[in-house]
Amino acid sequence: MEEAVRSGIRSDPSSVAVRTLGYGVIGLFAICCLLPFLLVLGTSFTTEGAVQKHGFNLWPRELSVFAYKIVFENPSQIIGAYVVTIGITLVGTAVGLFLVAMTGYSLQRPDFKYRNGISFFIYFTTLFSGGIVPFYLLVTQYLSLKDNYLAVLLPGLMSPFLIIMMKSFVRSIPHAITESAKIDGAGDFTIFLKLILPMTTPALATIGLFIALGYWNEWYNAMLFLSPDVKYRPLQLFLYNVITSADFIRNSSASSNVPLKDVPLETMKMATAVVATGPVILFYPFVQRYFIKGITVGAVKG
Amino acid sequence: MKTAADTAVLPKVRERQTASRFKHLRSSRTLILMCVPAVVFFLIFAYLPMPGLYLAFIKYNYTDGIFKSPFVAFDNFRFLVMTGDLWRLTFNTIAYNLAFIVLGNILQIFVAIMLNEVRKKWFKKVSQTIMFLPHFISYVIVGLIAYNVLSYDYGLLNHILAAFGAEPVKTYSNPHIWPLIIIITFLWQSTGYGSIVYFAAIMGLDSEIVEASEIDGANAFQRIRYIVLPWLKPTFIILLLFSLGGVLRGNFGLFYNLVGANNTSLYATTDIIETYVFRSLMNNFNFSMGSAVSLYQSVFGFIVVVTANWLVKKASPENSLF
Repeated sequence: MEEAVRSGIRSDPSSVAVRTLGYGVIGLFAICCLLPFLLVLGTSFTTEGAVQKHGFNLWPRELSVFAYKIVFENPSQIIGAYVVTIGITLVGTAVGLFLVAMTGYSLQRPDFKYRNGISFFIYFTTLFSGGIVPFYLLVTQYLSLKDNYLAVLLPGLMSPFLIIMMKSFVRSIPHAITESAKIDGAGDFTIFLKLILPMTTPALATIGLFIALGYWNEWYNAMLFLSPDVKYRPLQLFLYNVITSADFIRNSSASSNVPLKDVPLETMKMATAVVATGPVILFYPFVQRYFIKGITVGAVKG
Repeated sequence: MKTAADTAVLPKVRERQTASRFKHLRSSRTLILMCVPAVVFFLIFAYLPMPGLYLAFIKYNYTDGIFKSPFVAFDNFRFLVMTGDLWRLTFNTIAYNLAFIVLGNILQIFVAIMLNEVRKKWFKKVSQTIMFLPHFISYVIVGLIAYNVLSYDYGLLNHILAAFGAEPVKTYSNPHIWPLIIIITFLWQSTGYGSIVYFAAIMGLDSEIVEASEIDGANAFQRIRYIVLPWLKPTFIILLLFSLGGVLRGNFGLFYNLVGANNTSLYATTDIIETYVFRSLMNNFNFSMGSAVSLYQSVFGFIVVVTANWLVKKASPENSLF
């Protein structure tokens, strides 16, 4: 017993039954969430022959790092993908976070006459949209951003959801702070920069992580706007190409001097997936509490 | 009939009004400037494409461009109705979303309640972390994981079936099992994440009420049935109505990565509005047809959202959006 039983009530048969059920259900569901990842990991460390014989497996029957060897034989592609993704994520998160915070703070100021109008202007975009075809034409023909990393970076900078989340966070800061600073003669932008930003660090961390995750997992805009002419493509799109395209396999066969029939097709897909997501999965347990905070705040209407 | 006095007063009043408006503008000048980037951003990326829905009423071709292509009024819509495409897309999009919403919420509530029953701190922490994990990976990886399980030659599923002496399943050419696959994948990905809101709500439950019920002799099952579940009801209703507002918006990433780009044999059960519009843009270059479906989706979706919001207003006024 891990904690002193507060009263006899906690150890009646029904409580024990429900608790056991809780451990069972949660344990089982957690295993279901984890197993598929282990399946990818296990397959990436096995030989192609074993996969053809026994299929994908949790536990490599014949341990081999051949797939990784092929992946790193020509590392420029994957390193380039990493550099592009990290660059887009860093720039996009920094700029996006600043803009979301600034907008969220202004729209939460009770003395700002136009806050409802602007809030609705932003919110309306979630109710009605032009759809993807006009969006595509806008970015490619009117903004001329085809094959430009900006086409991936710009659309992800802000979202109504994040601005609403920032507003909810700012709401917990008493307006009196802003008022007294105004009496001392501080301007609105100075108040935001010097007072509000330091006070909302947890909120900034949360929103920043949401933006960063969006950029890290971004493949949709990249697929729309970056043609094969772009040499280095974001990580997820690179991975998508590895999984779905035969060209890529042919290229790696040529560059690593392995005959085409010996390219470890299946294990290589898995190895690329591990290289592409491993770092995020290792990093994620340290930041997940911020996401939880964000969801709990965001669940309340802005 | 205006008197001379009135006409003398009017300009002054007007002057005062303009002055106060101007004062407002000046005093909130900085705040307005602080909102400019966001306004410009949404203007460009959200509002500018809207007039592009005009594409739905023309027979767009690249050489003539948007303004010179022939105007065809509702022909594109007529075509979509006649081929049965519109009905299929609407049905698939709504049916999948309803399954996601209903099954998703039930499972999320169940997981949240079960997690609350777990006493050991480390077990709670570790299992929570693992349960959120699927939500943090990209759909590309989700698609790969599904392929790992479903692949005809090497998939885990067929190997398990073979071990039991059953026939292997050709998943990627059998449309009938896809609703099941997609729903299970969706639940796998979103249950842990979605249960956070319900779990937070349970945390807000007053422990005194729980204790009082125990003193009154309620057993654990009765406690869940008569105290926890009713406590979650408002959250459940609000979340349900909110998600109903998006019932016409499909999850492109999930469907595209699971089904594959051009697997025509599965369209009957897996084609949703988003995947259709995407194909019209990237594969057939039929911009007008894609825009027609988008316009239909936006208008119809707008009506659904307003209706859902009206229901939220009835259920709990403080949670309504507008």
